[in-house]
Amino acid sequence: MGFGPFLLLALMESAVTAATLALTAVGLSLVFGVMRVVNVAHGEFFMLGAVSAWFITTWVGGPAWFSFLVALAVAPLFVAALAALADRIVLKRLDYEPEATIVATIGLMYIFQQAALSFYGPQAMPVEPPFNFRIQLPWFGYSAYKLSVIAFATLVLIGVWLFLTRTRAGLVMRATQVDRETAQAFGIDVDRVYAGVFALGAGLAAIAAVLIVPIQQAHYLMGHDPLLLAFITVIVGGLGSLRGTIVAAIFIGLSDGLIAFFWSPTLAKIIATLLVALVLVFRPQGLFGARQQ
Amino acid sequence: MTNLITPTRRTLLKGMGAGLLASAALPGHVFGQAAPIKLGFQLHRTGIGAAYGRWYERTAQAALKVVNDAGGINGRPVEIVFEDDATDPKRGAEVVEKLASQAGCDLIFGPLFSHVVIGSAPRAGELKIPYLVCSEGYHVASGMLNRWTMQPGITDVRAQVSSMAPWVTQNLGKKVTMVYPDYAFGYDHRDFFTEAVKAQGGEVIAQIAIPPTETTFTRYLPQIPTETEVLYHVMVGPAVLTFVKELGDFYGSGARPQIFGFIDSLEAVDTASPGLEFLEGTHFWEAHNRVKQADASEAETFYRAAVGVDDNGASVSDAADVATYSHMFSVWETLSVIKKGMEAAGYQGPADRQKFVEAVEAMTTFDAGQDHPQGDKVFNGKTHQVFGHQFISKVEGGKLMRVHQTAIEDGQYADAVDYSTQSF
Amino acid sequence: MRNWILHLGTLALVAVLLVTLPPYHATNLARILVLVVFAIGYNLAFGYTGLLSLGHALFFAAGVYGAALPVTYLGLPQLPALIAGLAAGGVMAALVGLLALRTAGVSFMIVTLMFAQAGYLTLLYFNPVTGGDEGLVLPDAATLLPGLSADAARATIAFALFATALIAALVIVQSRLGRTMVAMRENEERSRMLGYNPFAVKLAALALSGLFSGAAGAAYALLFGYAGASFATIQYSILPMLWVLMGGAGTVLGPLIGTAAMFYLVDIAGSYTTATLLFVGVALVLLILFAPKGILGTIRERWLTWLP
Repeated sequence: MGFGPFLLLALMESAVTAATLALTAVGLSLVFGVMRVVNVAHGEFFMLGAVSAWFITTWVGGPAWFSFLVALAVAPLFVAALAALADRIVLKRLDYEPEATIVATIGLMYIFQQAALSFYGPQAMPVEPPFNFRIQLPWFGYSAYKLSVIAFATLVLIGVWLFLTRTRAGLVMRATQVDRETAQAFGIDVDRVYAGVFALGAGLAAIAAVLIVPIQQAHYLMGHDPLLLAFITVIVGGLGSLRGTIVAAIFIGLSDGLIAFFWSPTLAKIIATLLVALVLVFRPQGLFGARQQ
Repeated sequence: MTNLITPTRRTLLKGMGAGLLASAALPGHVFGQAAPIKLGFQLHRTGIGAAYGRWYERTAQAALKVVNDAGGINGRPVEIVFEDDATDPKRGAEVVEKLASQAGCDLIFGPLFSHVVIGSAPRAGELKIPYLVCSEGYHVASGMLNRWTMQPGITDVRAQVSSMAPWVTQNLGKKVTMVYPDYAFGYDHRDFFTEAVKAQGGEVIAQIAIPPTETTFTRYLPQIPTETEVLYHVMVGPAVLTFVKELGDFYGSGARPQIFGFIDSLEAVDTASPGLEFLEGTHFWEAHNRVKQADASEAETFYRAAVGVDDNGASVSDAADVATYSHMFSVWETLSVIKKGMEAAGYQGPADRQKFVEAVEAMTTFDAGQDHPQGDKVFNGKTHQVFGHQFISKVEGGKLMRVHQTAIEDGQYADAVDYSTQSF
Repeated sequence: MRNWILHLGTLALVAVLLVTLPPYHATNLARILVLVVFAIGYNLAFGYTGLLSLGHALFFAAGVYGAALPVTYLGLPQLPALIAGLAAGGVMAALVGLLALRTAGVSFMIVTLMFAQAGYLTLLYFNPVTGGDEGLVLPDAATLLPGLSADAARATIAFALFATALIAALVIVQSRLGRTMVAMRENEERSRMLGYNPFAVKLAALALSGLFSGAAGAAYALLFGYAGASFATIQYSILPMLWVLMGGAGTVLGPLIGTAAMFYLVDIAGSYTTATLLFVGVALVLLILFAPKGILGTIRERWLTWLP
């Protein structure tokens, strides 16, 4: 295969990675930006989204597109509710103290993993994509579903942006992010905002997972990689900057895909990892972040 | 769905109790006051090997019941103590310690993943406790481990891979491209298959190594040269199905090479899963046919029923729960070897561990039958490695149907070590 | 004075336990002691200096391979190899620190994590040398100390290493450097105005932390006869953090208590349930809810305010 087609394929793959990464990372970024919580359990919310999608599609049955749509609607709500509950039971009582929340979310990570292992099982199981259409290009075939993932993720991101900028709830969230005390003084129920943000962040990860589960499979350890990548994306993009997070997701998705063409894959991974680390070293505030106090 | 909290000791006692009741009902099977023989099982209950671990545990329970129903070992009942190693080499060594020193097991068996075996074997050697692995790694026969570590239940990957080369080059094609994980397990495939193909007059024209952290594979597929006649794939871990599906998307209806895979790429995965239709007509290595073949032996039927596997290779209680059929028979057969070895050594207690190892080393062949449902085998007491038949299956109507069986000699190679001359 | 009585008393108690415990627990204790050294190292960086690192697996693995490679390929005897591993951990930490300490807070955590990830992949990449994920089997521990059985040699070396590390940590935290480290944690800006160079202090703390981690990695590999890339996975960065937090960050004896508690939590849970992860997870959540300063930290806060 020539360079051109290869590049095209690498770009399409990178775009799928970037799209789901952006969703996951925006969820993490919101939680970090508003609550200052490093949510180590974020990857498990992703995993729970995928696992519940499997349960839902299995229970609902019927045509693939129908059960998938049900999963896409229900799974993120379920995960968001679970997150709100975790916020109320655990994080709130810790008063969102940074180190304490790291330990607590590590604890939650283990609990969620065990729950998935016990109720879902150790194997990877597939969810049928809503449609099974392949685009046959002259050089290779490509799954149309993957392309639709890019489109849908973009729509969701636009929705999040509209929500944050055009609705009262979004405004309240942003106000709390800027200054918690003042927001409280103006009568904003910060506890509810935090629960809402934590739920929204987890829900976004779950949406990403439902979209990805027809491509990859649901597995109880699948949250690990999205967590690491999302963290890196959030930091590279600049803490608390949603625009930065999205740009970073595209940057990281592309670098991961393209570097693999020039070096042996494992070496490529090493180089990509160091490259991103060095970006942070020499620009600690990230691409779009204001310098931290 | 398993119980969230299963008190392992209670299950064990219940199992034991059932065994004792059964023995009380059948004259001739009275264990009397004899203390049980305790076998430690190093189990991948959590971690990356959990999908295998679950079936290894089921197989071990089934084999245990058969042994106890037939009167135990040396007139004593047998029990198995399962301990989770989290598929981690550090915890693995600790588990060996726990089973040997705290639980007081007579020997330890059962681990699959190579790094757990290699991390644990040194401690087993020091504790001078027999350590029978079900791992298919080449690390036993390569001489890397020690006299207490043996692999009598499953053929190692070097033999498996080498024995595939003649059939693949004669029937599928001579220009092979290999796709394998970029770490030790993949390198065994790369090195031994490349060598074996060359010996057959074929050629490996490209080797595509996939990094272990990868969860999506499409971007590696363009590296497959167009003149490839056979695509050889082997992947492990939870992302395997993704790999096979993406391969399908990539080739689709277009022209594609012959595809030959190791079933590791689809262990615990249903071959009839959505998106796998393109596998129709492709070939797989299997160590044990997942789908019950028309000529299945009585022993095979017995084994399948005892473990609880249906004719398609899934659990009898849940058709979506597909077995790790090409690996788990090793647990059953290892227990058979343990029984035979302990009987030959007149095993009474830990003082006879050395006699047990010598008794197993003295074994040469295992006959096919209820003790060895996968088939007959040759055991090499010097390298501590067993060699058996391998199968090549073709996907027909979404099911794996056997098209070839190798001879045991196809996989044998020159000894790299003689453990039997090492000191205990 | 009472500091020294407490710590020397602890050492004496550990020595007695090593000799008197039944074999299984004695070997566990030897394992725990080596891991405690790792935790003490982590505590210097995190508990005292406030550097939240997720890259300590890299320093531990540097120790593992710093010792394992010369033993395997150059036939270096095990005790000099221990020194090599210790040095490798320190050098690696200093190198990472030179770059990563340009960042702070969560960025520091992520940068160290990424360096560790790159280190893990490098171990896999050089598979023919490192053994990659399968790893290398090292010489029998019976050859460690002539005249001693493997178990006795292991206990002796683990104890010697632990005692050295504990006393070194006690000396460090009570020294001028130790007090500056705490000042960094409490208020970096203020200590800068007082004329300290925060970068130099943090670098020193991280390098020291790396020395301890490297020594622990080297000892773990040599005493238990195995080196593998799995020691460089993120799990081995999270574990010392959990040990330290459980025992009490910023306390000298906290790492010992935390590591032992965590080890036996997993070990005992495994005997009663198949849901080990649930036990660990619930224990962590309960700990942080009801004793957020860790076991010893809570004791210090309530009763023994003089604890170092």
